[in-house]
Amino acid sequence: MLSNIALGRFFPGNSLVHRLDPRVKIVLVVVLLVTVFLANNYLALLTNLAAIFVFMAFAKVSFKNYFKNMKVILFIVVFTSVLNIFYAKGPLLFQIGPVAITKGGFDNSVFVACRLVMLILISSLLTFTTSPTDLTDALERILKPLSVFKIKTHELAMMMAIALRFIPTLLEETDKIIDAQKARGADMESGNALKRIKALVPILVPLLVASFRRAFDLALAMECRCYNGGDGRTKMKVLHICSNDVLAIFAVVAVFLLVLWSNFWALAVHL
Amino acid sequence: MSQIEVKDLTYVYSTGAGTPKRALNCINLSIEKGEFIGLIGPTGSGKSTFAKQLNALLKPTSGAVLLDGVDIWQNSQTTPEFAREVRFKVGLVFQYPEYQLFEDTVYNDIAFGPKNMGLCEADVKEKVLAACKFVNLDLNLLQKSPFDLSGGEKRKVAIAGVLSMDPEVLVLDEPTVGLDPCARESLLEQLYQYHKEKDKTIILISHRMEDIAKYSDRIVVLSNGNLVMFDSAGNVFGCDKVLNEAGLKVPQICSIMAKLKAGAIPDLNDKVLTVDDAVTELLKFV
Amino acid sequence: MEKFIDIVDLEFSYEETDGGRKINILDGVNLEIKQGEFLTILGHNGSGKSTLAKHLNAMLTPTAGDVFVRGINTKDSSRLYDIRSTVGLVFQNPDNQIVASIVEDDVAFGPENLGIAPEEIRARVDDALRAVDMYDCRKDAIYNLSGGQKQRVAIAGIIAMRPSCLVLDEPTAMLDPVGREEVMRVIKKLNKECGITIVLITHYMDEATDSDRIVVMSKGKIARIGAPLSIFSDVDFLKKCQLSIPQSVELLQKLKAHGANVPSFALNETECVDVLAQCFSVNAIRR
Repeated sequence: MLSNIALGRFFPGNSLVHRLDPRVKIVLVVVLLVTVFLANNYLALLTNLAAIFVFMAFAKVSFKNYFKNMKVILFIVVFTSVLNIFYAKGPLLFQIGPVAITKGGFDNSVFVACRLVMLILISSLLTFTTSPTDLTDALERILKPLSVFKIKTHELAMMMAIALRFIPTLLEETDKIIDAQKARGADMESGNALKRIKALVPILVPLLVASFRRAFDLALAMECRCYNGGDGRTKMKVLHICSNDVLAIFAVVAVFLLVLWSNFWALAVHL
Repeated sequence: MSQIEVKDLTYVYSTGAGTPKRALNCINLSIEKGEFIGLIGPTGSGKSTFAKQLNALLKPTSGAVLLDGVDIWQNSQTTPEFAREVRFKVGLVFQYPEYQLFEDTVYNDIAFGPKNMGLCEADVKEKVLAACKFVNLDLNLLQKSPFDLSGGEKRKVAIAGVLSMDPEVLVLDEPTVGLDPCARESLLEQLYQYHKEKDKTIILISHRMEDIAKYSDRIVVLSNGNLVMFDSAGNVFGCDKVLNEAGLKVPQICSIMAKLKAGAIPDLNDKVLTVDDAVTELLKFV
Repeated sequence: MEKFIDIVDLEFSYEETDGGRKINILDGVNLEIKQGEFLTILGHNGSGKSTLAKHLNAMLTPTAGDVFVRGINTKDSSRLYDIRSTVGLVFQNPDNQIVASIVEDDVAFGPENLGIAPEEIRARVDDALRAVDMYDCRKDAIYNLSGGQKQRVAIAGIIAMRPSCLVLDEPTAMLDPVGREEVMRVIKKLNKECGITIVLITHYMDEATDSDRIVVMSKGKIARIGAPLSIFSDVDFLKKCQLSIPQSVELLQKLKAHGANVPSFALNETECVDVLAQCFSVNAIRR
């Protein structure tokens, strides 16, 4: 079933990570993502991975959920690392028939796989511990300075919030429509590519119609509730940066510096 | 041999949040050809899941569903075609079926099922026209876009889209929800006519006990995935205690008659299902 | 004293896109809604009742005639937000009127739009959620709620704007019996305890029995206004307006038609049993 996908899901809780200011969380996640790409040796990679696992432990969300997310991209991880392993560079490690594995290829493949896994872990950590409302709310505040350039930050955030709100509803609706068309004998499992694409029409058309109907209804309801864009709007939740946030910032900066240091160290050893 | 036989049917699904949920728990029942069955139960009791089991949209975790004596999942391992055959024999009308409309004209939408069955153009036309007749759809609408119709007309088109496959069993999941009283009554009356004229089995899922009481020969009561009762309408609505425990109510007329019998008129026959029956019974005491 | 909501000669029509034919949805409606009353509008689909509802908070403006809310003409677009925060509108499908993913965030949406201070919004949200008995679910995800709970959240979202009047357009049409009961209980409570004017649009007769007045609409016109007793006792009129009657009333009417000496009307099941018991126990003794 489509509705079982855990990507972008939120697990309510009261852990240290849950309680962080969402603005701080987003910025820190961006810093961590950058760190992942900076790490260019095994020590840095290990430091990075260890730090992520420590953060995950603090979030108190069952590790099973992270692995569920991983399953979705497992194919991509395996595919890219297999491709990379044939990237020939450096001394030969071993050879099976015509296939030669070099040290450079092996390293590349490990790095790509680890980086992808870490990307998923970090972004899962953010979405698992931050409610969609907090997430979009924080994004709106972070992007606020951009409104100087006439970018409609409030509208963007509102669109994102509504999309997140309706994703589960539309997934459920898709399941329902698929069942309804199957009940009328729609054949979605057999035939060539063209036939399968054609078989999607009875699902996509009702889904589109339903989305437009919902959008129209929602616009009406929002108007009824005096919505008039971002001007003059206030927020119920006021965000404050507290001591926990400062600690988190220190922790992430420390990880960042550690990774940088081990990069230099590796360079020095090399020289 | 019964037309539908459900044997030890259990269905368990994972909710994603941890503990798997038991939607149906060891259901046993059999339905004869030409019966009008009412299926009742509070929200979340497994009614819709049960309906999907009957036409092979869901596969049982354990147990079996037999259609005309054949296990609907036994053969489908080898041919997915078989599951489709089952769906042509057991037509399922979902809640708010108008949301499944997609073709450019009403005719094409109703013809979607018969075309999937692989019928020739002439046969398809015949089936479509017959289906329109049963739901009393104005034939002038056939060339219009289904999205231009009123809500009540869309509902008729969607139901005709299942009737056009000429299924032996018709399962309807709350077909009247959201309709106004007048449209509701005429839709149910048309379905009843269809059932009588063509001797087709109908399984009606509804929250409206009055409608269930009026049309059903027998009633299935589900609660928390368990089969609580499967008996004649008179017997089921006589057990108001069991129904109340399951979170259901008896039709107002049954409850009025039961209260009169318990109080003022002890000799009253309170086994009535419709207002007209109640009038006949009460007039005996005038 | 000024009238609360005053509808004067309201007409609403639109021109069909292809034919250019003019279609009248509302055709000369006159109605005054009093502060604090519970008014039910009955009518079959297409009778114009939803269109009338949208006129009450300026979602639509009249083609001819006027609607006044506390003396403000709904055509006065400069007072739009005054009107909409005085008269709130709740729709049929609860899913399509909830904006945020979390219960309390959605309830806060209205007050946030009005630019109210954060602490005041918090207080209003908590009050509104308590009024609809959803305070314990304030942190829940909308997605996990039942239909009845979602509709109550939608009502709370309107209540948080502190309106004097709540217009509900078939709020129970998509709900199961349990959800219907929850929502009706909340609506009645808001009317009795919080003094909010209720305009309930429905085609369920049994939801109308407790109201102060009933308006029956048919073909864009008001067919009749009256107390529940006077409306429900005229079964021929209800049938003509394509409305169904509760089984208790139908039973009494049919008995009467067969010459039994029973009253023609009972508001609810208990009353029906009582009057029948009275009539028939006398007969039973006579035998």
